[in-house]
Amino acid sequence: MKKSFKIEDLCCANCAAKIETAIGKLEGVSKVSLNFLAEKLTIEADDSRFDEIMKECVKIAKRIEPDCNIIL
Amino acid sequence: MKKRQKRDLARILISAPLLIIAYFLPTEGWLRLTIFLIPYIIVGYDVLISAVRNILHGQMLDEQFLMAIATIGALILGEYAEAVAVMLFYQLGELFQSIAVGKSRKSIAALMDIRPDTAVVLREGEEIELSPEEVSVGEIIIIRPGEKVPLDGIITEGSTTLGTAALTGESLPRDAFEGDRVISGSVNLTGLIKVRTESDFSESTVSKILELVENSAEKKARVENFITRFARYYTPIVVIGALLLAVIPPIFVGNWAKWIERALVFLVVSCPCALVISVPLSFFGGIGGASRKGILIKGATYLEVLSKVRTVVFDKTGTLTKGSFKVSEIHPENVSEEELLALAASAESRSNHPIAESIVKAYGDKPEEPECVTEPAGLGIEATVNGRHLYVGNAKLMEKSGAKISDCRKIGTVVHISENEKYLGHIVIADEIKPDSAEAMKALKDIGVKRTVMLTGDRKEVGEAVAAELGVDEVMTELMPEDKVKKVEELLNEKPPLAFVGDGINDAPVLSRADVGIAMGALGSDAAIEAADIVLMDDKPTKIAEAVKIARKTMAIVKQNIIFALAVKGLVLLLGATGHAGMWWAIFADVGVMVLAILNAMRAMK
Repeated sequence: MKKSFKIEDLCCANCAAKIETAIGKLEGVSKVSLNFLAEKLTIEADDSRFDEIMKECVKIAKRIEPDCNIIL
Repeated sequence: MKKRQKRDLARILISAPLLIIAYFLPTEGWLRLTIFLIPYIIVGYDVLISAVRNILHGQMLDEQFLMAIATIGALILGEYAEAVAVMLFYQLGELFQSIAVGKSRKSIAALMDIRPDTAVVLREGEEIELSPEEVSVGEIIIIRPGEKVPLDGIITEGSTTLGTAALTGESLPRDAFEGDRVISGSVNLTGLIKVRTESDFSESTVSKILELVENSAEKKARVENFITRFARYYTPIVVIGALLLAVIPPIFVGNWAKWIERALVFLVVSCPCALVISVPLSFFGGIGGASRKGILIKGATYLEVLSKVRTVVFDKTGTLTKGSFKVSEIHPENVSEEELLALAASAESRSNHPIAESIVKAYGDKPEEPECVTEPAGLGIEATVNGRHLYVGNAKLMEKSGAKISDCRKIGTVVHISENEKYLGHIVIADEIKPDSAEAMKALKDIGVKRTVMLTGDRKEVGEAVAAELGVDEVMTELMPEDKVKKVEELLNEKPPLAFVGDGINDAPVLSRADVGIAMGALGSDAAIEAADIVLMDDKPTKIAEAVKIARKTMAIVKQNIIFALAVKGLVLLLGATGHAGMWWAIFADVGVMVLAILNAMRAMK
């Protein structure tokens, strides 16, 4: 399944790249793209684990950039 | 400016004079430190808080953490003014970046302005305002002047002028009458029209375009990926360098303070943000600027390939020619030109073959009603007009009629006309070349495209004549669709990247096979939007050279930024290690470079 989310208040492109790398390493994620300029997170992942993966994503984003918000 | 940006600006504006005052106050020792700490805390408290929070999260190489360490280090070493200045300029740079990013986001959002918000539907005689998603195919919608066309459809009532500037970049509005197709996203300028919808909102042109632009950032260019990877190693390496510089030399030569000071320069320079932000910002700008001109690019990666293109392969019909037929010559024998055309138009008036339509159109008036019309397959038409038995068709039909034909050397499809066995002459029908096709070829040559090739399924004489008229380097004729794929694959074996330009209707396989597939005249053709990498909204071939120019400009900006940022940072690191560049230089290498890189990146949008 492929889904896009809006991600707000990212401070810089470097943090965005870090979040992208970290999410890419999650189990079940086949493709991830975080576009800093469009404020858009696109994830392609296993259907069965999708919700779980999204929870992980929010945690990762919070850890790297505490101000940012993924709008689920 | 957003609330947060305003607050940050206020903090910068308050702390800057405080820093100057602190600098000139004749104080010493702890008092002096305290006075400097006031602007330091005002401008940098959030950085310090984030730094602490990031260590707790295990984010050691975060830029806020590095800035905090560098400035606290400077404070400890007694370089109060430098410490506050680093923090001040760091925040100024961040503010600038956020404003610049917000601005380019807004300009893309302006492009997104083509999204229609509502549609007025006529249901059981009543006008209902709905969101465009709720309208089904085949319903009648009403569009008033000043409103956006919400869905693709056909005008059933009324006529108007449509503005397509937001879609194609073409500022000249086009007239639309009953029976004409209207494209969602264009703006109704003058009259009220009723339109029968032809597609759902999700399938409409405007949705496809928005989807394309929104997803364009997913296909990252090679250089973009390179920079992200580079940034991942750059920061740790510079930080390790700083550590080594602070510890190793003083073990041998002493003077810890001096070496730690140099190490702090490293920390300030270690943030890769200038690079990481300026590269995608340039691409974002390039793609945004192109779409304002009606050139939609599906990803930064295609911009990168397009900038290197040396061979452009064209499909003929619909790309370089209009794909519509038009009477180009009338050669009568034994009758007048007008009479020949009138007779042919009458005979052909019931046929919907494109050639028949072009003859009727050339006649202009309403043709005489024909009688006893028969259409022998593949030959033409037999009909009786005003009691005259006419044969209108190809040479084979003339054999049947027994008329003796005259050969014609003109380019195009020749339609012969005879009354029984008496030959009346022939009409030549040719596909029209687009007015700017020749100019497009010249423009491509001017910007250094080495080779232009035209592929066509048309006859040899026709193809070669068109190629000669346009100044295309090579032409390959009488190709079946699968031959076109093969030819393009052969050309792909040669080194420099190849762009294929088609109308997207029947050349989708070739479009996807080429390094860059460019579809043109896409306004209203969903298939083209899907198959191609670059979509030209109108059908002007001159836009190809323009797209290449935008691609090159964007790539040049990207390269300038990378080289400039790396060179300045490298130089400051080197001078910093040897003690020739202090904190002020480090601030320039960090914030100054970022600001300049962003300003340069913004140029891509124009």
